[in-house]
Amino acid sequence: MPYIPHTSNDLVQMLRTIGVDSIEDLFDEIPKDLRSKLQNIPLGQSEMAVQQQLFAKSLQDGTPLCFAGGGAYEHYIPAALWEIATRGEFYSAYTPYQAEASQGTLQVIYEYQSMIASLTAMDVSNASLYDGASGLAEAVLMAVRANRKAKSKRILMPESVSPVYRQVVETIVKNQGITLELVPYNQRTGTIQVEQLDAQLSKPDDAFAALIIPQPNYFGSLEEVHQLTDWAHRHKALVIAQVNPISLALLEAPGNWGEHGADIAVGEAQALGIPLSSGGPYIGFLACKQKLVRQLPGRIVGRTVDLEGKTGFTLTLQAREQHIRRSKATSNICTNQGLMATAVTLYLAFLGRDGLQKVATTCALNTQTLMHLLEQNSDLSFPFGQGVFHEFVIQLPVSIDKVLSYLAQEDIVGGIDVSPRKSSTEQKNWLLICVTETKTEEELQFFADTLRSICQQISREESS
Amino acid sequence: MSNIPPELKYTASHEWIRTEEDGSLTVGITEHAQGLLGDMVFVELPDIGDEFEAEQDCAVVESVKAASDIYCPIEGEIIAVNEDLEDSPELINVNSYHEGWLFRIQPLKAEHVDNLMNAEDYAELVESEAH
Amino acid sequence: MSKRIIDQNAEPLIFELSDQTRQSSSLAPKTGSEQKNPLASHLQRKSTLDLPQVGELQVLRHYTRLSQKNFSIDTHFYPLGSCTMKYNPRVCNTLAQLPGFSTRHPMAHSSMSQGIMSCLFDLQTILKEATGMQQVSLTPMAGAQGEFAGVAMIRAYHDHNQDTLRSEIIVPDAAHGTNPATAVMCGYTVKEIPTNDQGDIDIQALEKIIGPQTAGIMLTNPSTLGVFERDIKHIAKLIHQAGGLLYYDGANLNAILGKVKPGDMGFDVIHMNLHKTFSTPHGGGGPGAGPIGVSKRLQPFIPIPIVAHNEQGYYWLSEDDLPLSIGRLSAWMGNVGILLRAYIYALLLGRDGMERVADYATLNANYLFKRLVAADFEMAFPKRRASHEFILTLRKEAKSYGTSAMDFAKRLLDYGYHAPTTYFPLLVPECFLIEPTETESMADLDAFIETLIKIKTEAKDSPDLLKEAPFELPVRRLDDVKAARELDLNFYHQE
Repeated sequence: MPYIPHTSNDLVQMLRTIGVDSIEDLFDEIPKDLRSKLQNIPLGQSEMAVQQQLFAKSLQDGTPLCFAGGGAYEHYIPAALWEIATRGEFYSAYTPYQAEASQGTLQVIYEYQSMIASLTAMDVSNASLYDGASGLAEAVLMAVRANRKAKSKRILMPESVSPVYRQVVETIVKNQGITLELVPYNQRTGTIQVEQLDAQLSKPDDAFAALIIPQPNYFGSLEEVHQLTDWAHRHKALVIAQVNPISLALLEAPGNWGEHGADIAVGEAQALGIPLSSGGPYIGFLACKQKLVRQLPGRIVGRTVDLEGKTGFTLTLQAREQHIRRSKATSNICTNQGLMATAVTLYLAFLGRDGLQKVATTCALNTQTLMHLLEQNSDLSFPFGQGVFHEFVIQLPVSIDKVLSYLAQEDIVGGIDVSPRKSSTEQKNWLLICVTETKTEEELQFFADTLRSICQQISREESS
Repeated sequence: MSNIPPELKYTASHEWIRTEEDGSLTVGITEHAQGLLGDMVFVELPDIGDEFEAEQDCAVVESVKAASDIYCPIEGEIIAVNEDLEDSPELINVNSYHEGWLFRIQPLKAEHVDNLMNAEDYAELVESEAH
Repeated sequence: MSKRIIDQNAEPLIFELSDQTRQSSSLAPKTGSEQKNPLASHLQRKSTLDLPQVGELQVLRHYTRLSQKNFSIDTHFYPLGSCTMKYNPRVCNTLAQLPGFSTRHPMAHSSMSQGIMSCLFDLQTILKEATGMQQVSLTPMAGAQGEFAGVAMIRAYHDHNQDTLRSEIIVPDAAHGTNPATAVMCGYTVKEIPTNDQGDIDIQALEKIIGPQTAGIMLTNPSTLGVFERDIKHIAKLIHQAGGLLYYDGANLNAILGKVKPGDMGFDVIHMNLHKTFSTPHGGGGPGAGPIGVSKRLQPFIPIPIVAHNEQGYYWLSEDDLPLSIGRLSAWMGNVGILLRAYIYALLLGRDGMERVADYATLNANYLFKRLVAADFEMAFPKRRASHEFILTLRKEAKSYGTSAMDFAKRLLDYGYHAPTTYFPLLVPECFLIEPTETESMADLDAFIETLIKIKTEAKDSPDLLKEAPFELPVRRLDDVKAARELDLNFYHQE
């Protein structure tokens, strides 16, 4: 019996000790009319058989050339990383509630918190959240709680924030009376302008709790973070920075935006050592200025001492969490992404400052290379220019659905459709392309050439 | 049995109230309450000028094992808060009735205070909760 | 007495091993010499980036040594009630990391994703069948998110029927803390009802609170007290008659897998904890996965996306197909890597293996129960059968020797056992909620029993061994109060 070590002798002895004739007797408290057997589930299989099935499915999907980003990024993961992260002592460890038995995990999380705080130039980070999208939702809830003075449950949400993230935030906050107001982006640059923000307020001293600033934004474009941060602070609102952690090796950190720095930094840390794996498990990071520390949801690890004065680590500020405050908890979050946080810590430790800068720089340079190659193709245009980190939008001359489908046949994941979903007759066919350090010059050339020939092919098909 | 000063008033949620000469009320949590909560680690106080209704939660005292809401005993406006608690929340444990005071409130109506529990009734409440 | 293998000196922080002048290794791409920052200069990072610069071997050694300070299922028995710390089969991890699965971008075209989609579709089907529900969504990324989805759907259902008076969710006082927190997140007020001394819900109290304001009730069965809620069908009837809905917290599914289906008990929505029942790794505190199953009533509101299937193959159902859906809970499609591990586990177990899970989990729990009663330990519900877990109370010992359940727990660590759950449920003083799971052998259980007996004797003869435990671990008991008062949460920012 897989994973059940009992022998028939054991069974006999145990039943005798309990004083019943069979295991069935142990279920005598359950009303008979509730009992049922499982159907429509196949019988158990050997490891070998299961392996064969899964191998076949994995090969069926293969490993295409990937130019998609949009919040999930392909980066090289050092070989040692997952060997350590999947050691049984990390992999099968429980939540570190018994601190003395969990010093490994707790120290790793303390290091994680420190690295995230450093990357974002914030004072404190929590032990992580499920993903960047729900992290953004938690940041919104946090801003509303923290900015009591504004007496407002209004959040300004740029349309240059990923629409998927917006949907997740909406789902999570809508029953708490919070309004997410969309701020349109400038059509020329794909970024938010102060003029549009001013227009959003009906009176100059109109209150709102926070402004979300994405950097880079969903289209890959770079926002004027300093101006926007100062604008929000002038209006007594908090600033929630939604950032890409690899980009922070090259871009200014949220803690240093504007005159006073953003108040909360949040984002997706998957890029730091976590495989794409179809969208999860990922890991959201959340960091803030010291004055907001008591509003931070989720778990937090603190350094302290033991009875003998030796340094140790423990979960702290737990009184805010659901298992103690119950209906007054700051959120219902019960977990952090322990294993993923371990992976992120390993990634940043293995790469270090220099390594991270090299990764980020290579991403940016490869992206510029591809943009130059695509510029040669007069059928394509760049609706938002080329001031980007590692993602950009091109406008295709033909149906984006067809382009992506044909690229798939060439074993290429071409990118993400970010065409605005408006009911206008003009379909924009905007393709968001991401280029990371993983691409070679040959692959970039191959992509540019394939894209060109596919667009021409579709063009011919559509005119005939 | 914990100390329950007879000159103070009390609430069922374990706050004590002292009427000051100017008619304002000083509020804190009882010795019994601080014993239940344990070592204080943080106190979240209202701002001066905030107004609350009776029984509205207006502050939070946090220990390692629990975070407890403090309820405003009567309708009024906050006129002072104990800023020493920011650096030394343990004052609540050490001396709940004096150095550990939380905030001072100006009541909207003076007679509300008489409706609060006296020391004897509070002692009975503590006794009954123990079983 | 377990002895730690490695030397017990404190492992320095990675930052303390760092030297800023150290050059990076082969782990970063080889670029040309000194590449400049190619981005717009006014947006560039001007502040220093403080990250450790440590050699590859030193990094590897540091984290390997840290791992050795941990307890884990792979190294220790964890009789942790409500957590189901069973063996995480290695093959689940190996196969989930196959390149076709691990390198797939969530937006890869469905024509190149039929493999993974077939795995997810099959898992949806298996979970549906195992729980007796009509449809399953795999997207919630943790149990708490699954809970949130469940209550949000109940809200959506009532809102859709314009039944706006329903403002209350009923929760037993023994419930896990996430339950009331979730209800509040969805805009409800919480009404707690008591449990009786047999561990069942007080039905009279329930009847008094049910009314037109009842949106629903959140229950676990077996309950958090480790016993089966015998009146469940009656409770379901009462709630449904009043127009409310039933939510099932699947934390204890391990007790009834293959024996009873929550759908048959009358539940409208259930969440499952794959990191419990389906053996996905606990990872030191996540990631989990909390898929939900729904009844017909709630199908229109189910969160997206869902995998569907027709003659052309597998495809995604999205907002257009489910316009009343409560929406998306994650940016993509949930914790696919974790779902895959659960799927592999389900294939290995099969329906015959699933039926044995509850059998042996319950056998192990009842065996421990009987042996501990014989050793003069006091049970919270001595007249009931244990489900897959049970509660014993150490209040006698606390009174006689001054040793709390926490002290017992700390002393258990010295003997190499992770303590049972002590902080929960709040109702039973000085309790141990014990759940052995089905993957522990009789010998493992016997050794555990002997240890508990030994510690009980220590409590009488030398209580300081408990009160000052642990002695044998990398650290002694930690100062929680200092940790909360003098916050040190970041090496780079010391107050």
